[in-house]
Amino acid sequence: MTNQSGRFGIHGGQYIPETLMNAVIELEEAYNKYKKDPDFNKELTKLFNDYAGRPSRLYFAEKMTRDLGGAKIYLKREDLNHTGAHKINNVLGQALLAKKMGKTRLIAETGAGQHGVATATAAALMGMECVVFMGEEDTKRQALNVYRMKLLGATVVPVKTGTATLKDAVSEAMREWTSRIDDTHYCLGSVMGPHPFPTIVRDFQAVISKEIKMQLLEKEGRLPDAVIACVGGGSNAIGSFYHFIEDKNVRLIGCEAAGRGVDTFETAATIATGKLGIFHGMKSYFCQDSDGQIAPVYSISAGLDYPGVGPEHAYLHDIGRAEYVPVTDDEAVEAFEYLAKTEGIIAAIESSHAVAYARKVAREYGRNNIIVITISGRGDKDCAAIARYRGENISE
Amino acid sequence: MNRIASAFENKKAFIAFITCGDPDLETTAKVVREAAKNGADLIELGIPFSDPTAEGPVIQGANLRALSGGVKTDMIFDLVKDLRKDVTIPMVFMTYANVVFSYGAEKFIGLCSEVGIDGIILPDLPYEEKDEFAPICKKYDVSLISLIAPTSAGRIAMIAKEAEGFIYIVSSLGVTGMRSEIKTDLDSIVKVVRENTKVPCAIGFGISKPEQAANAARVSDGAIVGSAIIKIIEQYGKDAAPHVGEYVRSMKDAVARA
Repeated sequence: MTNQSGRFGIHGGQYIPETLMNAVIELEEAYNKYKKDPDFNKELTKLFNDYAGRPSRLYFAEKMTRDLGGAKIYLKREDLNHTGAHKINNVLGQALLAKKMGKTRLIAETGAGQHGVATATAAALMGMECVVFMGEEDTKRQALNVYRMKLLGATVVPVKTGTATLKDAVSEAMREWTSRIDDTHYCLGSVMGPHPFPTIVRDFQAVISKEIKMQLLEKEGRLPDAVIACVGGGSNAIGSFYHFIEDKNVRLIGCEAAGRGVDTFETAATIATGKLGIFHGMKSYFCQDSDGQIAPVYSISAGLDYPGVGPEHAYLHDIGRAEYVPVTDDEAVEAFEYLAKTEGIIAAIESSHAVAYARKVAREYGRNNIIVITISGRGDKDCAAIARYRGENISE
Repeated sequence: MNRIASAFENKKAFIAFITCGDPDLETTAKVVREAAKNGADLIELGIPFSDPTAEGPVIQGANLRALSGGVKTDMIFDLVKDLRKDVTIPMVFMTYANVVFSYGAEKFIGLCSEVGIDGIILPDLPYEEKDEFAPICKKYDVSLISLIAPTSAGRIAMIAKEAEGFIYIVSSLGVTGMRSEIKTDLDSIVKVVRENTKVPCAIGFGISKPEQAANAARVSDGAIVGSAIIKIIEQYGKDAAPHVGEYVRSMKDAVARA
């Protein structure tokens, strides 16, 4: 799907300062070398399996299936990975690559804190220094993850600029990378930013759809009718979609964070409300005003609170291969509570956006159909915020 | 002769950066006129962007103040139209790719030519992506300024060969902002530039003091100063113009002596 210059249709590219160009070229060369290297892949598979706990389970949600009265629902349990989210897949890959490149320091941005925790974890494991940039607003929303990162030996830098959320954390991590390149790898957390990041991150996350395919063939002897995942930058979604892109009968559905609704300004639904632009190193869709100023987006979910979407998603949208639907805070919170009560699974508020949409469409399908929902992360980190949303104050 | 070339004709250039609309457009107009009167050879007019990823805290602050004041791209084109009634030195825009892209590249660059903007600097548009705007810039005779960084090893000749207007040499790693010293081997960068183009080159990032400006001008064809000017505007607000003028005079004198 990627061509020579890292484009997905018209999307993607490398819109970054000249200072970083040699760094991304070096990264691309290293990646092209190591992705074919049997030793690298053996080492990564060992980390995936022995350290991160892969393959993650594909769980038949029988009660939910019965309750919704439509398609059979399977949950891809990325929440059961070490560190509690799909983020570890990408981070182990990039950290190993960075180490092979001779880098000794990892920097990262984080929204909900899951990618920051994963990066801090990999840095601890591989003996690397780690600095994580996190919007100050998010350090408050996700205080537990801030503590986890510190516990893992990382330095957490609260970012106060702009809206003090994920996009500002990305900007600050990019600024940091331009000032220190020699020993530092920017471990980008999603399928976004300049080429080659959208491709590298997708390849490391593609293990999700590879496993779904194998596991479902084993359990049901067939492919799913739909795969549903939440989309911020879009790494768990592209990971869940990738090996099904050529299987045209599998519906691919990405759930964007609509916040208080796509007809309000308090939304982060990029494909529903954004337009084509150039930002954070890529051409893609962005929430922005008529002068091209990036919009201050909002979602209850710190991990989906981003004004853009990865270029490959923008392309899948353009060609109609994947659908992108907005899901509101209210719907996500209801789904968060629903999955806990119905299946005994507390999913991340990000993943709950996918659960919410699955609840809507399950009945469009019959008992012979199968929907797979990717539970990208676990929801322990969200409990305090959801309690607050319901008017209850709990202390962690 | 192209207006940008005149800034470097038989002299070392002092280039001043000013964010449009910080704290308001009336002040920007006064500051530009005062800078021109006091010897600035070229003015970079910053069009504010919500997320200026190449800027340090000082210019980030200017972007924020300008946008909070309600500045729009169209108002900046009007400002330039007004300035061109009496300001004759070359002026270029410095902004981010999305500002040009979202306005419509053809419309934006066409208007630049119409109001008298001689070039555009986009720090997030490297050599590999310049075709996004370069053909349109060519069509309207607006120079798309190339940047070269301390990390550009192996890329300098390629960039220099296709450069137009002037080349912006980034003195140091990192973002814009004042620095106590500049350690990059600028001589070797300029040497490769000279071997590959006749287009002049000026050094920016981290320059605030007269002796730094003189050093930059000695090595290259000019010195670019942004954050130090923005700091003065931040301090004096609407009354900044004479203070900027005084500063520009001292910097221009240092550059002229180089």
